[in-house]
Amino acid sequence: MASLGELERAVMDLLWAGHEAATANTLRDMLAQSTAAHGGAAGHEGKDLAVTTVLTVLSRLEKKGLVERERGMRPHRYQAVSSREDHTAELMHEVLGSAPDREAVLARFIGSVTESEAETLRKLLGHS
Amino acid sequence: MFWTSYFLAVLAIVLAWPVPILLSRAHWPARDPFTAMLLWQVIGLAGGLSMIGAMLVYGLEPVGDNLIAGLRALAGMVLYNAPTTSLGFWHLFALSAAALLTAHLVFTLLLTYYKIERQRRRHRELLALLASPSADGTGTVVINHDSPVAYCLPGGARSVTVLSDGLMAALEPAELRAVLIHENAHLNQRHHLLLWAFAAWRQALPWLPTTRLAQEAVNSLIEMLADDVALRTESKATLIKAIAIVASGSAVPQAAPLGPGGLPGAGLQLPDGAAGSGSASTTASRVSRLLSPRPPLPVGLRATVVAVCVLLLAMPTALLIVPGLLG
Repeated sequence: MASLGELERAVMDLLWAGHEAATANTLRDMLAQSTAAHGGAAGHEGKDLAVTTVLTVLSRLEKKGLVERERGMRPHRYQAVSSREDHTAELMHEVLGSAPDREAVLARFIGSVTESEAETLRKLLGHS
Repeated sequence: MFWTSYFLAVLAIVLAWPVPILLSRAHWPARDPFTAMLLWQVIGLAGGLSMIGAMLVYGLEPVGDNLIAGLRALAGMVLYNAPTTSLGFWHLFALSAAALLTAHLVFTLLLTYYKIERQRRRHRELLALLASPSADGTGTVVINHDSPVAYCLPGGARSVTVLSDGLMAALEPAELRAVLIHENAHLNQRHHLLLWAFAAWRQALPWLPTTRLAQEAVNSLIEMLADDVALRTESKATLIKAIAIVASGSAVPQAAPLGPGGLPGAGLQLPDGAAGSGSASTTASRVSRLLSPRPPLPVGLRATVVAVCVLLLAMPTALLIVPGLLG
C-alpha cells in the first residue's frame, strides 16, 4: 500500500492533469489504472485501493487548501484550487522575495541581488 | 548593590548602540566569520541580560542587599501581601519594565518560531507535491522552474535542499557540488537557529536600529561560513563561478515582488542603490572575500575576541548572582 504522502501526490497529479472536477470513485479508478499500467507487483495494490482511502487523501488535501469540493452535488466532485504552475510560482515567490522575515525561513544560496550587481558578476564571469 | 544597576545600565547601552555599529563596520569578521558570529551572539545575550538586570537590580534596591534577597522579598509582596511601602514609584516602574521586557522578548522569540515553522510546513507540503527527488542523494529535490535557484529548508530529519531545473542546467557538475555542500553546511551547522534568534531580536526591538545591523551581519556571516565549508573540497574558482552564475541569473528588483511566473532579468532597470539591502551587500562581500582573500585572524587576536566574549557574558551574570551567593 502506497503511503498517504505518495497518494496525495498521485491524486494532485491527476487533478492537475485532468483540468476538471472528478469524484473519488473516478480518481480511484484512475489511480488503479495508472498503478496497473506500471505493471508487475504494483498491479494488485491499485485494485486494493479503497474509495475511503481516496476520500481521506482528498480531505487531507482539502485541509491544506489544495483541493476544493463542489457543493450541492452528490457524489462530491473535487478539483485542484490552482494549477501546478501557480503553486510553483507561489513557492518561488516565497524563495525569491525579499521580505526580511523570509530570510529566517529558508537559506538561499544567493540572496537577492540588484541588476547592477548582477551585471558586475556577469563581467566577472566573462573574464574567468 | 546600587552601583551594580548603573554599571549594568551602561553595559546595556554600550552593547545596544556603539558596539554593534563598530562591529558592523569592521573588516575583520570576513577573515574569521566564526569568531565574529560568536561575538554577535554574545552582544545580543549580554545586552539583553544587562538591560533586564539593570532594571531589576535598581527596582529591588530598597528591599534586598542582593538580587536573590530582593527577589525573595518581592515574591513575599506579590504572593503573601507583604507591605510594599519600601518601594518607591521609580522602583515599581523599573520592576514592571523589567518584567514586561522579559515577557516581550520571550514571547516574540516563541511567536517568531511559530511563524517560521508554519511557513516552513506549508512550503514543505507544497514541495512534497511539486518537487521530485534528485539523483544527487537523499534530502535533495528538484523543482521545475527556470530561474537558477538553490536553497535549503531546515526541519530536523525532514530538512531538504531544493534545486531548480534552471540551476541544474546552468551549472557544471563541480559547481553544482559546491552549491550542495554550501547548502548542506547551513543545515549541518544549524544556521537556521541563528537566523531565528536574530530575526526575533529584530522583531522584538524594531526601534533599535542595531538589531537590523545584527541580523544583516549574521545573514552575511553564515554565508561566509558555508562558503568556507564548500572551499574545503571544491576550488575557489568553481565556487566563484557558481555564485556568479546563480546571482546573474536571479537578479530581481527588490522593491517590486515577482509576479506569478514572472521571470527575472526581463527588462529590469534599477537605479544604482535603489535596493541597498543586506542580502545584496552580502553577495558582494562574499565574492570580494573569495576574489581577494585576506589572511585569517592571528591566533592572538582571535583569542582576545573570544576572551572578550567570555568576559561580556560573565560580567553581568556574576554581578547579578555572585553577591547573593556570597551574602
